[in-house]
Amino acid sequence: MLYKKTLHELMELVKNKEVTPKEVYDSVLGRIHKKEDEINAYVTVFENYGENKIDGIFKGLPIAIKDNMHIATKPTTCSSKILSNFVAVFDATAVRRLKENGATFIGKTNLDEFAMGSSTETSFYGVTKNPWDTTRVPGGSSGGSAAAVASGEAIAALGSDTGGSIRQPASLCGVVGLKPTYGRVSRYGLVAFASSLDQIGPIARDVEDAAILMSAICGHDPMDSTSANVECEDFTKYLNQPVNGIKIGIYEAALGDCDSDVQKAMDESVKILESLGCNVKPIDLPHAKYAVSDYYIIAPAEASSNLERYDGVKYGFRIDGYEDLKDMYIKTRSEGFGDEVKRRIMLGTYVLSSGYYDAYYLKAQKLRSLIKRDFDSVFKDFDCIIMPTTPTEAFKIGEKANNPLQMYLSDIFTIPANLTGIPAISIPNGLSANGLPLGLQIAANAFREDIIFKVASAFEKEFNLKGKLPLY
Amino acid sequence: MVNKEEVKRIAKLAMLELEESQIDKFASQFNDILNYMEQINELDLSNCEAAFHITELHNVFREDEVSPSMDRDLILKNAPETDGESFKVPKVIER
Repeated sequence: MLYKKTLHELMELVKNKEVTPKEVYDSVLGRIHKKEDEINAYVTVFENYGENKIDGIFKGLPIAIKDNMHIATKPTTCSSKILSNFVAVFDATAVRRLKENGATFIGKTNLDEFAMGSSTETSFYGVTKNPWDTTRVPGGSSGGSAAAVASGEAIAALGSDTGGSIRQPASLCGVVGLKPTYGRVSRYGLVAFASSLDQIGPIARDVEDAAILMSAICGHDPMDSTSANVECEDFTKYLNQPVNGIKIGIYEAALGDCDSDVQKAMDESVKILESLGCNVKPIDLPHAKYAVSDYYIIAPAEASSNLERYDGVKYGFRIDGYEDLKDMYIKTRSEGFGDEVKRRIMLGTYVLSSGYYDAYYLKAQKLRSLIKRDFDSVFKDFDCIIMPTTPTEAFKIGEKANNPLQMYLSDIFTIPANLTGIPAISIPNGLSANGLPLGLQIAANAFREDIIFKVASAFEKEFNLKGKLPLY
Repeated sequence: MVNKEEVKRIAKLAMLELEESQIDKFASQFNDILNYMEQINELDLSNCEAAFHITELHNVFREDEVSPSMDRDLILKNAPETDGESFKVPKVIER
């Protein structure tokens, strides 16, 4: 039952020659064969063990990668028909760094098409189910990665987070998900959705695994000009540290919009943090309530530009039967993209179009600086901010599929970290009355992942879902 | 208020084609979303600077040096149609 173990436990076992990485791979693959029909966490499973001759910290152990990041020679579909026949020609930098640290890969996980969604329902390759309750969504867009890690179909995974796409599924699946500071992890080889917001990060079963993965993938990369030239750190040194005296702001205004279970879990987490010696005080973020509006102007605007490249010429799907070049573009895109992607491209086209640019896009960029200012002023007095990751437990499959606005509102607590570029983690925060996982979100100032790891590691000892995860 | 004509106009700009039933659905969904976004008009943003970049990055320059690029044959393998050296598209120029 090696698939039930955490990455750090397995690294230790392989190091001590008690197991081989191939045995771990076989165990995870066996679990995939058993659960995949039910969960659908993967777009592509690597059915053969791809040995890694580099003797790095990961010791040949297999990691799952969201299917919007390139692993050379493997398909990258972004869960879209338009990339259904695309094969990656290079490694994403985050993937290359894992390889250089001795990792191998088990497969490419499902996502909302082009990472646009909060439920993994918009994938061309079918819905991913929440392993806690298969009538519910796993969250999204990294729903495949989170569901795989929670169900034992992966030991750990990489996801990407543009408006909560790592943290929200981590929360709804009862695992740990970190969105690093914008620029901490290179975006090279991550298929672009909204370039000023996209960031790669780890999804794992505990904070230690997240810290190990984060230490491996972060660092400056000349291939991504927005990559931050900041020293890479070994984040594991912040685990198991005292947290007394850490000043935590709780964003209380958020709680009014939450289910009562979520409110109760937050009350409980404040008590735990206080018992650990943290000072928890309420804070105000007066413009955070505008974050969803702001995001759904900026992200679609960037997406409409980024997705212009899918034209049936250079790569991917091209439709059969067209009159001329323009007709080929239109028919290829109309057939290749699903509804949510079309909606966002069109929303972005609208807010950038002549006559609407000032009313929407320019205003949204101004509002973005106001939201940033709110956070800057809180971080003058506080080390980190806590709030729920999501306002509710995992919702039912289909519940919000026909109401895009309701779907967008489920990201209300995760979006601010993307708009402001700050790091934020989601860690398990107990279960709802229905026995579904809830998440605690901890956000810190830019490049202060150290504080996040300290607080998350201390909190996790008091409250974790070990033994409760649907690994059996 | 986004009407059906407006949805068609946006689709055309985005090089997309929608079915009639989709046009109605999209129009109503866009109106829901844009109505919600009306909330930002409560704010006076006239004295606010636009945050086009959230990190304090400036232009990043590098030396213009020759270095290996990607393999052409490998890249062309992903293309729907090529002549072995270039991407092929339907004829654009009328004779």
